[in-house]
Parts: sequence; structure tokens; C-alpha cells
Amino acid sequence: MKRELPLLITAVVGLFMILSFFVPHQAVSVPSDFLQQCAIIVVAFGYVLGGANTLRLNSDSIYKRQPGWQYKLILVLSLLATVAIGAVEGRDFLTEHKISKWIYDQIYSPMAATMFALLAFYIASAAFRAFRIRTVEAGLLAVAALIVMLGRVPIGAILTHWLPPPLQLPAVQDWIMEVPQNAAKRAILMGAALGVMATGLRVILGIERSYLSGED
Amino acid sequence: MTHWLERLDRRWLFLMMGILVLLPLLFPLALPLTVSARVRAFHDGIARIPDGSTVLMSCDYDPGAIPELVPMTRTALRQLFDKKCKVVVTCLWPGGPGLVDNVVRGMANEQHRVDGVDFVDLGFKEGREAVMVLMGQGIANAFPRDYQGKDTRSLPIMRSVRDYSSFPLLVNISAGYPGTKEWVQQVQGRFHLPMVSGVTAVSAPEFYPYLQSGQLIGLLGGMAGAAEYEKLRGEKGTATRGMDAQSMAHVFVALCILAGNWVNWRRRRGAPA
Repeated sequence: MKRELPLLITAVVGLFMILSFFVPHQAVSVPSDFLQQCAIIVVAFGYVLGGANTLRLNSDSIYKRQPGWQYKLILVLSLLATVAIGAVEGRDFLTEHKISKWIYDQIYSPMAATMFALLAFYIASAAFRAFRIRTVEAGLLAVAALIVMLGRVPIGAILTHWLPPPLQLPAVQDWIMEVPQNAAKRAILMGAALGVMATGLRVILGIERSYLSGED
Repeated sequence: MTHWLERLDRRWLFLMMGILVLLPLLFPLALPLTVSARVRAFHDGIARIPDGSTVLMSCDYDPGAIPELVPMTRTALRQLFDKKCKVVVTCLWPGGPGLVDNVVRGMANEQHRVDGVDFVDLGFKEGREAVMVLMGQGIANAFPRDYQGKDTRSLPIMRSVRDYSSFPLLVNISAGYPGTKEWVQQVQGRFHLPMVSGVTAVSAPEFYPYLQSGQLIGLLGGMAGAAEYEKLRGEKGTATRGMDAQSMAHVFVALCILAGNWVNWRRRRGAPA
């Protein structure tokens, strides 16, 4: 029963949600609406679980003085401080002149943007050290990458303005993106969609059970 | 030369990249931009909706995507406000609502628009695709309170808003999941809501099939797309200024690929058989 009940719930809810896609009647749409609300609430609990997990794992590392424990200490203190300040400030925690708003605007936002900006430096380093052309396929990839990279920015048009228009870098990169790239992407999308449908059916029919307890 | 390149410390590459990005920002080169068909279609998609319509705009990104997505959000809001459109804004990324609210309120102040009347920021709701589907049953149903905590149903702008059928267009600005792909799959495909999208450059190729199939009317890809959109609108925003720096960075990365492979080729050629 411990295993059969979750399988039954999954099958019934899964089939019902598929039905709701095709039947717009109130008898189906209202319970479907309720189930959607339930899903959103369950997902929201993931944040509590994630927070608790972060605290547990990092507290353990700090207690055992594992390498880099100082950073984990800053992480835990920041997490606790942010939650505590948000809880004290209550519902208006995101309005102007609140500490939570200041933390978001002055700490979180610049740090997140900085992390992303660092990519430019690492991409340059990786391009120099790791992008090795050893096979024909790698050569094709490198040529396509160079054309798209230069064709997407204004300097690409300036560098090749002396060529006939269809051979200029922006036109060639447009062709690469519109034709071979698009064809490959479409095939991947269709393959992935079929895979999702097959997996969904396997879950609904109870063939795929790994989500229950990690078993195959 | 090869020996020097082989021993080149990567910090020199970082320094070069930093200088090449910084210089054009300080001394703009004003490189000429060409507007692509995708960007023109995005602009025309908004231009075609009736003046005064209420438009749904979902800004699904966080501060990591500021340079690429904030400029296009600003320009799209300007175009919508110029058409006297009312805008209902949502955000499905947990790290984004503060940033999106700042951008929307900044534009609303610039255009003298009133909160709750000309625009509303409904804020963030967890649930990803489930929220998109739930909004199909009723926008206020999915977002009972706006970002400021006000009762959504009591806002004047929401009197004419029921579900997706209340909007002539969905403008989605997205940096990944959940974003344009999910809006196409869950909303455009199911509720047949016309849609335009602005995305990061790295994710743009993923959406070309949707553009070709007509599921997306127009597409802005990264800072280049945002800059072309600004040019089309006659604006000189941060994307236009950033394109010079991006040009230099792209050229430098291309040179890094060529130099790295030249070193590798020379090393292999000189190595004993």
C-alpha cells in the first residue's frame, strides 16, 4: 500500500490533468484549477526545504572546520540575517527605505550582475586555452563560431563591407542561424518533446517509479 | 612568438579584455547598426496592437541579465506607453521582482503613468508553468495581490482584465527557465495569445524555430537585439552604448581562438613523431 497509493494518486492526477487540457467544462476546469494551486503551494515549500538543507550542510562543514569554512560561515550568517530582517519588516519588506530593499538593490543585484560579467574574462581565457581544432567537426564548429561571433556585432559588417552583400559576415551568420542551426534545433526540440511525452506516460502508467524512492 | 604565447599568463588576457570593454564605454566608437528582420518584427508586433490596449508583459530574469534585458524592457515599455497601452507586469524568477519593479516604476515615472491605472506590477509567483496555466483561469486568481500588496481585483487597470483573452499581445523578456519556451508551450500554443519575445544572446538560437513557425511574432536576441530595437525607436540607450564594447570583446575572443590554435598547431608540428 505504501507504494501503490502514491502510484494511484500519480496516475489519477496525471490523467485528470491531460483530460483538463481537452475538456473545457467547469466540472473538469475547477478541480484542475485547484490542483494547479496545490502544485504551486507544494513548489513554494521547496524554498523552505532548500533553506533548511543549505543551513544543515554548511553548519556541518563549519563545525568540522572543513576547507573554506569561513565562506560557509558568511553564507549562513547572510542567510539568517536576510530572513530575520525580512521577517521583522513584515509584508512591506520590499518597499522603499526598508533594509530588505537595500540588501536587494545594493548587495544582491550588483553581486549577481558581477558573477555574470566575469564570464567575459573566463570565455577569453577558455577560447585561448581550450578551444582546440583537432578534427574536421571541431574545425567546422570553430569557423561557424567565428562567423556568428563577428557577424552579430557591427564590426563584422565593417570588416567585410567590401564583399558582395550575401557574402558579408552578417548575411552569412544569418544564414547559419536560420538554416543549419534552426534545422538542428528543431530536431532536438522534437526529440525532447517525444521524450517528455514518453516519460510522462511511463510515470502515469506506473512503469517509471524512480521518483518514489530512487529505485529504477 | 609561439614560446611567448605558450607561456602567456591568463591574467594578461583578463587585463586585455577589461581594457577592450572599458575603452569603448569611455570613448564610444559609434559603430553603425543594421536592424534585422526579427527586431523589426518585434517592433511591428507591438505597433500593430490597437492604441490603449492592455498588454501582458512577463519579465523573467534576474540581475545577471541586466545589460542585455533591461534595455529592451525599457524600450518596449516606452513603445507601449507611447501607444497609451496599459501594462500588466509579472515575474516568474525569484531573483527578479525587485529589479523588474525598479525598471517598470522608473519607466512609468518617466512617462507619467499611474500605478494601478496605467500599469500594475503583479510581482513574483512561484510555480513556473503551473502559474502560466493558472493565469489562463484568471489573472487575479493567480495573483490575488500585486507587488505592493494591494488587492489586485480592486485596481482600475484590472477591471478590463479577466484572463489571457483580455490581452492582444504577450511581451516576454526572458533569461532562461521559466521563460519564452514555456510561455510558447503553455500559453501561446494553448490560449493562442500572440507573442513577442526578448531573450539573452546565448539562448536566442533556441527560439528561432518558434519564430519560423510563427508562434513568436518577433525576437530580440541579446544586447545586439536591444541596440537594434533602440535604433528603430530612435533612442540611444545603454544597449547602443554597449555594442561597441561587445564588438571589441567578440573580436578579442575570436583572436584568442585563432592564437590558441596557432600555438597548438606549431607545438604539434615541432613535436617529435
